[in-house]
Parts: sequence; structure tokens; C-alpha cells
Amino acid sequence: MKLIDQHTKRIMEGCKERAAAAGLKFDKETLEYTVSNTDMIELSPKNMIPTLYDYWVQDIQVLRGKGEYEYYPNNPYETVINTRPVISFYNNNNPDWLNVMIFYHVLAHIDFFQNNKFFQHTWDYDFKEKALTDKRIIARLRAQKKRQVDYVIEFARSIDNLVGFHSSYQDEEENKQFSFTEKVEFYFGRFMQEIKNAGMNEFLEEVERYNKDSELPDQEHEERFLASIRLRHPEFDNLFEKEQKKKKIRPEEQDLMQFVLQESGILNQEENKWMKSVVEIVRETSLYFAPMIRTKTMNEGWASFWHENLFLNDDRIKGHEVAFAKINAGVTALSKVGLNPYAIGWRLFMYVEEMANKGRLSYDFRRINALNERKAFDSKQMKGRDFIFHVRENYCDFTFFNTFVDQDFVDKHKLMVVGQRINRQRNTREYYVKSRKARDYKEMLFDNLYHPPYITFQRKYENSLYLNHHFEGQELYREYIPNTLMGLEYLWGGTVFLETTELDQEAMRKAAGRDENNVQPIFHRVLYTMKNRKITKENF
Amino acid sequence: MSKTKELIDYLRRQGLSKEQMKLINEELAHNGSHEAPDEFSQGIYLENRTFYDFLDSRDFLRMNMNAGQQARLHALDKLLERDKQRDKDGFPRKVKLGKLVKPIKGGNDKTIIIPTITEEKLYHWKGENSQGQGQGTGGSGDGEEGEVIGEEPLRPDDGAGQGAGQGKGGQHGMGADAYDIGRILTEQFELPNIKEKGKKTSLTRFTYDMTDKNRGQGQILDKKATLKRVIKTNLALGTISGDKPVDSSKILITPGDRIYRTLSREKDYESQALVFFVRDYSGSMTGKPTEVVATQHIYINSWLVYQYQRQVKTRFILHDTDAEEVPDFYTYFNKQVAGGTDVASAFALVNKIVEEENLAKDYNIYVFHGTDGDDWDARGNKALSELEKMISYSSRIGITIAAGISDYSNTFVEQYLRKSKLLESYPDKLRLDSMKAADAGEERIIQGIKLLIE
Repeated sequence: MKLIDQHTKRIMEGCKERAAAAGLKFDKETLEYTVSNTDMIELSPKNMIPTLYDYWVQDIQVLRGKGEYEYYPNNPYETVINTRPVISFYNNNNPDWLNVMIFYHVLAHIDFFQNNKFFQHTWDYDFKEKALTDKRIIARLRAQKKRQVDYVIEFARSIDNLVGFHSSYQDEEENKQFSFTEKVEFYFGRFMQEIKNAGMNEFLEEVERYNKDSELPDQEHEERFLASIRLRHPEFDNLFEKEQKKKKIRPEEQDLMQFVLQESGILNQEENKWMKSVVEIVRETSLYFAPMIRTKTMNEGWASFWHENLFLNDDRIKGHEVAFAKINAGVTALSKVGLNPYAIGWRLFMYVEEMANKGRLSYDFRRINALNERKAFDSKQMKGRDFIFHVRENYCDFTFFNTFVDQDFVDKHKLMVVGQRINRQRNTREYYVKSRKARDYKEMLFDNLYHPPYITFQRKYENSLYLNHHFEGQELYREYIPNTLMGLEYLWGGTVFLETTELDQEAMRKAAGRDENNVQPIFHRVLYTMKNRKITKENF
Repeated sequence: MSKTKELIDYLRRQGLSKEQMKLINEELAHNGSHEAPDEFSQGIYLENRTFYDFLDSRDFLRMNMNAGQQARLHALDKLLERDKQRDKDGFPRKVKLGKLVKPIKGGNDKTIIIPTITEEKLYHWKGENSQGQGQGTGGSGDGEEGEVIGEEPLRPDDGAGQGAGQGKGGQHGMGADAYDIGRILTEQFELPNIKEKGKKTSLTRFTYDMTDKNRGQGQILDKKATLKRVIKTNLALGTISGDKPVDSSKILITPGDRIYRTLSREKDYESQALVFFVRDYSGSMTGKPTEVVATQHIYINSWLVYQYQRQVKTRFILHDTDAEEVPDFYTYFNKQVAGGTDVASAFALVNKIVEEENLAKDYNIYVFHGTDGDDWDARGNKALSELEKMISYSSRIGITIAAGISDYSNTFVEQYLRKSKLLESYPDKLRLDSMKAADAGEERIIQGIKLLIE
């Protein structure tokens, strides 16, 4: 691993100036390294973070054959890592013009990392440094606890997709919007509305009283306001305390790891405190990568949008347009079958920009039904550029698709949902056009997005942990259930239950009778029990 | 085809039950041919990737993501050791050899196997249903709704699990030669080592040769080594130095500088193994049975290569109603199924080869036969007589029945083998292992090997 040479660095600096002038925002300092194939082999299992903690599974090839990947999408790693300063990796011997193209792509990634709100929680610290500290902690623990550390890492990793990325984010947003202290918030929120069931009038009166009181906003006024509440409701403080205790768990409803950390009997024993730090490290690493996988298409689309835009306007490398076009097409061409994030993300950004330029992201446009009128609609607002910056800041893949993919977009690029089926007569697998409706296309995009199962949980009798999988149309991959639950039992220190939904093959066969081609899916709820490393399953 | 006809006529004369006739007709109706797919065309025909399969490093920077994976193999021992430790600690093992990828054409000592680890988590299952309808994907281009826009031949692994000739996995593979895999199998899965049985089958003998070196005394002076030693000593003493001409009068020779060769015992490999891998590639072997047999044969090959310290020669024979010898493991492994079944033809070919080339004299001969248990000749008269001939010169014959039917111990081949009592008469020479192909995972397959070779 070597820093790029001065000549190439100068090219990068030139790219930065032009990208910044175009409106991209990023830290000035960046580090670029060239890496060899051997480096890549070391780096890729660590998601390109050189300082990530060591774990033996990284030494072996984790199989990710075709198809396999779909069952367990991993963190997509980039050649740019979201650290301070940002580090990016390159192969050696690229011609200058190609470096220009790549640098623009990278700069747009950096801009995305540093401005998209889903990355907010990564902005305040340098992950690479934190990872190094974590790596040292784990190395030290390993010296003392030997292979036990690896078991804890393994079991923690087996639930690291069940972290409350969205719920943690939601809390931050809520806190920012309301600058009330928690007590006041509790009073107007849960206390008045749910516990006291106050009427609208009473509520508004109280709001007015508070506002009057807080015209001089200092702590004293708030204290006075709370004192008046206490007079009227002596139970207020008590209720607040209780609520606080509950609240501690509430935001983690979807964060199984956090729940285990707080509530596990094993982890909270004095001699096992070290396990907690290991689980914590795994959880934080997972949270760090969480926005990346949720913005993959946007991020690649954004980078492709800018590398094309900026490259073609760069005066330094005139004359390489053809070579550029060839490489660019190789990356961003729509595939006949398959979902290419560069291709779709890039086209959708261009489409959104065009729509905004013509003022089509408006109610006026939406209420027009006539095709020719729709085609002619152009308010000449030219707000597109600003708007895509807004999109880059506030959207993730799901909202991006959900908001902007429409029939016009699907038609424009001849997009379709491709289905596949087996043709026994011809002994082939057939790919066919399943639908060209935007609604179906959108559904298909959603189905292909990263989406960990929605699982809630609670402590049950005799210190058992009860997981409830909320069925969303797809059952869990059965083969992985036993070992995952075994790991969880280890971390939890008690029996673990998992309630989930599965296809009832037996009932399906019965219902279909002789008609093999008319098998309808029938689901039923089942309960897995993991006790003393033994799994059992029963029907509800 | 005429040979098939001949066989049917012959069998008709012997008398065929309705059930047998039905099986024969089914296999005749099977529409396929014995082609070995081209090594390079075997992958994915349509690039069906989804969002997370694309990576900047691979797709944009075009970095080679797979180079040098051989380098990681050295760590394998350590990993396997760790895996064994897991067992002791009461956790299930994690390293699997399972996913094996196509062997390489032309080289029969090279098998590709990927030791794999899966990080298990709670994931949504996105697989296909029984009609092969998976989750939809995206696409672009022309075509009406319902129109077929592309097709690719079904791969043997379509629908289920690990596969013979699993195409695309190749580029993720880790090359390990058969020797390493055999070692892993022997150690990791506790396959037995070959027992020395008297002098004839011992693996090694010793010869005496003047190979060991000894300082100070011995039988023959090794002049070159001695001279080197003398120079070393004198460099140390300072009587020779690099930049000055050598003054031979000042050179000292100590007794310890004299290096002699002494007579010593050397290991020499006496016996070699010759293995016949025989596989049924008739129509009824479609899918899982083929996969099970091919997988097991790869493992057996690896085990023998290790046991015989690479002194293993392999021959590959495929049969439907007719037997054919193929040149390498690749072809053996990948040739597609078609045609009818006549087990005797394969056994006859093995016997013919052994006889014509006079192989029994020089080799320990092993024969492994894999089938789904169907044989048009349900009585197996011919097959049994060829088998008896085979027993006379073989060290071990292992027959694997990977049955497509659920009543796996009731196949024709098993029936006539049991009736013949050959299994009881030659327990050291002939072994049989039957399983239901659909349920046979890696564990079961390796278990089967134990049974065949122990």
C-alpha cells in the first residue's frame, strides 16, 4: 500500500477544485493509496478498513457464489472509505485521463458520505481510528481469553443485522426538532395525552401557559412551570421516572443487539463484562456500515452522474472522450437482465433533474392525464440541479425509488420486471418479460433492496428471550436459524424462542391434490426453541 | 443406438416385467446427449446480478479480486484445527468443504474445492419455488409482456444445493490440489488410513544408498561439499577474503571439514494405486444422483492421492448401455446424462482394460462405481459375472447407489448384489453404500466413503 505519486496527486487536487466549483461539498484533505492484488485480498474481507478488528473467518474465503449473495447480502464495500480524512484505493498504472474519471467518481462518493443524512452518525468521528482502538481491545482480550473472544465475535456477528439503524436515527431527529427538556416533553406528550387523557381545550391552555412562561426562555422558567405541574399532579415525577426506565428500552425495540447488551444475564455478570465490549464493537461496526448498504444505488448513481458530468467538462483531458465513453458505457449500461446500481441510479438522478427543471415534480403536472400535454409540460423552472442536491442529502434507496420511479421513467428506459421459470421440455431456464408497469417495477426494486427481517423481542419467564418475527411475505432462511439462535442463547444466557412463519409444505400438497401445477402457498406460524444448544420446532 | 436395441432384444428374450419396461421406456424417452459443456461457456449466460453484486473495485476500477487466493491456502490447516476445537467446545463445526467447483480440463490431479464458511444470520429466504420461479429481477429492452427474452440451459445444480460443475463459482474458488484435500479429508473427517496388509500391499519399501552426509568420517569423501566447507572455515579464520587472491599455502583444513557420504536407509515407494472411477450417466441419473456420485468420487480420488503420496493413477469410465473411457476428470465430471442403463458394460470395460494392459501385476487396483441403482437387466447376470472377475484382482470395489427413489435399498442393482451373496463372500473386497440421493449432504457422502474404504 503506497500513497499515489505527486503527479497523480496534483491531478486529484485539480479534480477537487472543479468538483467543488460544481457544487460538491467535501473535506479538503483526502488520502489516496495504490494497492496491489495482495492488498485487496487483505482488505476486502475487512470491508476495505485496514484497521478493522481481526477475526479468523476473514482468513477463509467466505463463499459468495451467484445466488448465494442474495440470501445474505453483506456490507458492500467501496474503494472509498468513509473516514476522516477519506481514504481511497486505486490500482497502479492507470493513464491520467482514467484517473481523472475515477477521481471524480470518488469525489462524488465523498460528497455523498459527508452530506447524506443517513450518514449523520458517522460524521463526528474517524471510524478508522475507532476501529484501530477496537482492534487493540480485541487483540488484548484475545491474549487473555483466547478463543472465547472469537466465539463472542461470531455470535455477535450472527445478529449484527438486527440493529436499530432507523430507530437510532429517528431519536436523533426527534431530539433536534424539539428543544424541550425531557420532562416538559413528557408532560405535553404522553402525560397529558395518554395518561390524563386531557381534552383539546385543556391541552391548548397548558401550551399557552407554557409559552407565556417561556417567553424568557431560561431554566428558571421551566422549573417554575414544572413546579406548578407538580402541585396539581403530585404523581408526575414518579410517573416520569417510570417512563424514563421504560423509555430506555423503547427505542431499542428493533435493536436486538442493544437489548442483549442491556438485559443479558450473562453479559452483565462482572466476570463477563469484557464480552460486552466485544458485542458493542461488533454492533457499532454494523451501524457504521448500515447507511452504505441502504444508499448503494443512490451513491453509485450520484458518483456516475458526476464522473460523467465533470469529466466531459474537464479541459485537461480533451481528446479522450472515446476511451471514456467505452469505459463509462461498460459501467453504466442497463443490463438486459439484472439490476445495475450505476445504471439505474444514474438514470434516475438525470430523470429527477429533468423533471425538476421542467417543474414536473408538482401537483400541476400530476393532475394532467393527457399524454401530449404531459409531454409538452415545461415550466422552465430550471431548479433541477438544486433539487438533486436536496435529494442527495435527504433520501435513501427506498425513498429514492418510492418517490421518483414512475411510469414515465420506466417507459423512457424500456425498463421491465424480468421473471424466470424452468422450461422442462426444453431443459432450460427462461427469462421473460413479466411486467412493464411502474407499480410492479417499483415493487421489484423494493424486493431487491437490503431488508433485514423485522423482529421484535421481549424477556419472558425464567429469563428466556422471545423473538417474534413479523412476517412480510418471505420466510426466514431455515438452515441458518439453529446456529443463529445457538449464538444468541450463548450471549443471552437463557432459552431463546423464535416465532416465525413458514410454508406448510404438507398442507400445500394436500390442498393441491393431484394438480401439481396449481400449488398455492400456505403459511403457518411455528415456534423454534433453542435450549442447551438443542433446537426444537413446533407448530402453533 | 443399435447396441441399445440389441440389449433390449436380449432382455426381452430373458423376460421383462412391466415395471422394468416402464423404466426402459422412460430412459429411452429422455431427451439428452452426452455432451461435456465447454469449460468457458459453462457460466452464467445472462448476467443476472443485482444491486449488491456490483462493486467499484471490480466493475469500475477493474481490479482483479480473485488473484492470489492460493496464497491463503496455507492458513487452512490452522483453520481446520480451530474447527476441530469447536467440536470440543460443544459448537457445531463451521468449515465446510462442500462447494466444489468444476475440475479443470486436461489435468486430473487438480480438483477445485472451496473450503467455505457461512456467517449465519436471520435472513429472508429469497429462493425459488418448485417451479423455478424466483424473485423477479430488473431488465431493460424490447419485448411484450410475457415474451421470453432469453434462456440458458439448466445447470445440474439448478433447484438445489451444491453442484457438479457449478459454473460461475469457479472464479471464487480456491485451487487446492487433490493431495491437500485428501489430507484434509483424512484428518478432518477422520477417514481411515490404509492399513498395511502384509508385504504385498505395503506402501513403502526401503533401499540403501549413499545419500546421507556426515562430517569427519564416513565411506566416501564428498569433494564438492568438503571444498565448500573448507572455504567457509577459512573465510571465518580470515585466511581467505573476497578481494584478495587466494594463497593456497595458508589454507587450513580441519578434520571437521571433511564431509563423507554414508550408507543410509531410504524410503521408496513400492506400490501404486490405480483407480477406476465408473459412473452411470444414463437418463435416470439426472440431477442429484449425478451430483452425489461425482462429489463422492472427487473425495475418494483425493483421499487416495493422499494415502498413496500422489502415486495414484486414475482412469475414468462412463456408461449408459455402452461404456466409454474418458480422458480426464473434467469430462468425467461434467458429461451430461442420456441413454439407457447397462451396468455390465462398464464392468466389462474395466476388466478388458486391466487384462489388456496387464495392470493387475503392478498396481493396487481400486474400482469405484456410482449409479442410481437402475439396471435394465434386473437380474444382473452379466454384471455379476464381470464383477466376480473384477474381485479377483481388485484391492477394493466400492459401489455407491445414489437412488432417486425413496426406497433406496430396493434398487435393482442392490437386489441382485444381495442375492448373489458376493458382499458376504468378499467383505474385504466389495462394499456397497446406498443412500437416497435427495437427502445426501456432504456429511452423508463422506460417511459413505468411510463405508466403502474402511
